[in-house]
Amino acid sequence: MIDHASLLAVLPELILTAGGLVLMLVAAWGGDASSRVVNLLSVLTLALAGMALSTSLANGPDAFDGLVRADAFSAFAKALIYGAAAAAILLAPRYFSTDGKERPEYPVLILFSSIGMGMMVSAGDLLTLYVGLEMQSLAAYVLASFMRQDVRSSEAGLKYFVLGSLASGILLYGASLLYGFTGTTSFDGIAIAMDDGVSKGELFGMVFLLAGLAFKMSAVPFHMWTPDVYEGAPTPVTTFFGSAPKVAAVALAVRVAVEALGPAGLDWQQIVIFVALASILLGAVAAIGQTNIKRLMAYSSINNVGFALIGLAAGTPAGVAATMSYMAIYVVMTVGAFACILQMRDAQGRPVESIASLAGLSQSRKGLAAALAIFMFSMAGIPPLFGFWAKFLVFDAAVAAGMTALAAFGIAASVIGAFYYLKIIKTMYFDEPAAAYEAKGGAVENIILTACAVVIVLGYLLNPLLDQASAAAAASLF
Amino acid sequence: MIGLQHYLVVSAILFVMGVLGIFINRKNVIIILMAIELILLSVNINLVAFSAFLGDLVGQVFSMFVLTVAAGEAAIGLAILVIYFRGRGTIAVDDINQMKG
Repeated sequence: MIDHASLLAVLPELILTAGGLVLMLVAAWGGDASSRVVNLLSVLTLALAGMALSTSLANGPDAFDGLVRADAFSAFAKALIYGAAAAAILLAPRYFSTDGKERPEYPVLILFSSIGMGMMVSAGDLLTLYVGLEMQSLAAYVLASFMRQDVRSSEAGLKYFVLGSLASGILLYGASLLYGFTGTTSFDGIAIAMDDGVSKGELFGMVFLLAGLAFKMSAVPFHMWTPDVYEGAPTPVTTFFGSAPKVAAVALAVRVAVEALGPAGLDWQQIVIFVALASILLGAVAAIGQTNIKRLMAYSSINNVGFALIGLAAGTPAGVAATMSYMAIYVVMTVGAFACILQMRDAQGRPVESIASLAGLSQSRKGLAAALAIFMFSMAGIPPLFGFWAKFLVFDAAVAAGMTALAAFGIAASVIGAFYYLKIIKTMYFDEPAAAYEAKGGAVENIILTACAVVIVLGYLLNPLLDQASAAAAASLF
Repeated sequence: MIGLQHYLVVSAILFVMGVLGIFINRKNVIIILMAIELILLSVNINLVAFSAFLGDLVGQVFSMFVLTVAAGEAAIGLAILVIYFRGRGTIAVDDINQMKG
């Protein structure tokens, strides 16, 4: 029986579904000429879905007999996801128009992926989890291979597809074991079944499930696809991959760990601690030798996911709040950094990806160099910038939970990570100038860039709001 | 008498074969697609066996969803494979090496 309140609780998804389907028809009939309209309308759809979040909250937290959760946690994650998706749509036209073809399918695919991500973060059942995850992934595979003529793009799509499907399979195997040994697929039911001790079968299921989720958020040891996919995919798609799906995967992992596997806390804490430390270390060390900026951002994202997971490893409400705040700040930094990377175009307007080409940027494009420097300093966690606050929150939560060694190791590894961020700044400010970039960036790119830079510099003014929202999000899980 | 554990063992064997099929196979991407299907089908055996054993229909409903998604996944995988073949002229696994590092 489908009741009215349940439908209102999934209003954001309904809006996105309707918008995506209509816009797909518009794109099919209008062809390339319609791409500007489709772009604008999809951003509008995302904005509408964002506004519908309050309606969804008012009708939550449980919808469809617990299959879907519309609580403060999912609303927080969805706001981030829709924002990042909208930025990825707005940044794209300039990139795609360099070869004379605008592509109206791109925003539609992002909308479909956003529906999947919305379902992921509000999943209350293994079934919703799986369907949401696949909906997000299937659209993402197509997005990765979006530049059909480019061999690197189709190779990225192929690699992403093969390894992504393997991860879905592993996750699904874990889900089937959890179902069999607990007798239910709902998160609450699994938690109740686990309350009187965790059996071997449940433990196996949990490990498989977490392995699949680690893959989706590209945490070590399931990170190997990330650099290739980030490098091969068109840069606007990489912007999207680096922001929205990352939030969705981390939020889903947090919800599964806390809501479904809460009684097995001591067991998954060990896994999460290992994954977090390995991601931080590998992300920091492997990035050092990179020459391609998109590959570097891939390792940077692995590194950042590790830091975000420290909050989850703490396993406390404060830790979960810290993880969500970290993801919020991370999304702003990533979108800003990619808005800079998208402006790396040679004099003919062709995209450039090598780090060496950034040399001397401080002389030819002062504003762009300053903005990129801000994002790099922030990612490195240099204090006055907002990225420092994100790291401070997760370490604070870890120390409060008695994990001082974990926090100390994380801080030490973040110093290693700072090396390659600072190397980019050194290249821009102190190296002999390379061939100059195109003299001016696009208007939209500059607006998004400026907005992100302002948030990163003055972010502390937003702190009361961020604290309140992330605390409410965490409280809805415990 | 065939019990639950027999089904679970068959499913585990299929799952491992699927995973090995992805990692050991060096020849052809199509075989990887088949291995992925094998993994999903092993999960289905698990789900249906558990569902029958528990007397709970949710597992069978779940396996219907898995079948549907697997069809979509195969369609997208083959589509990506076709555009990859158009660009490179080969689908040998060892040749998928444009990006490294």
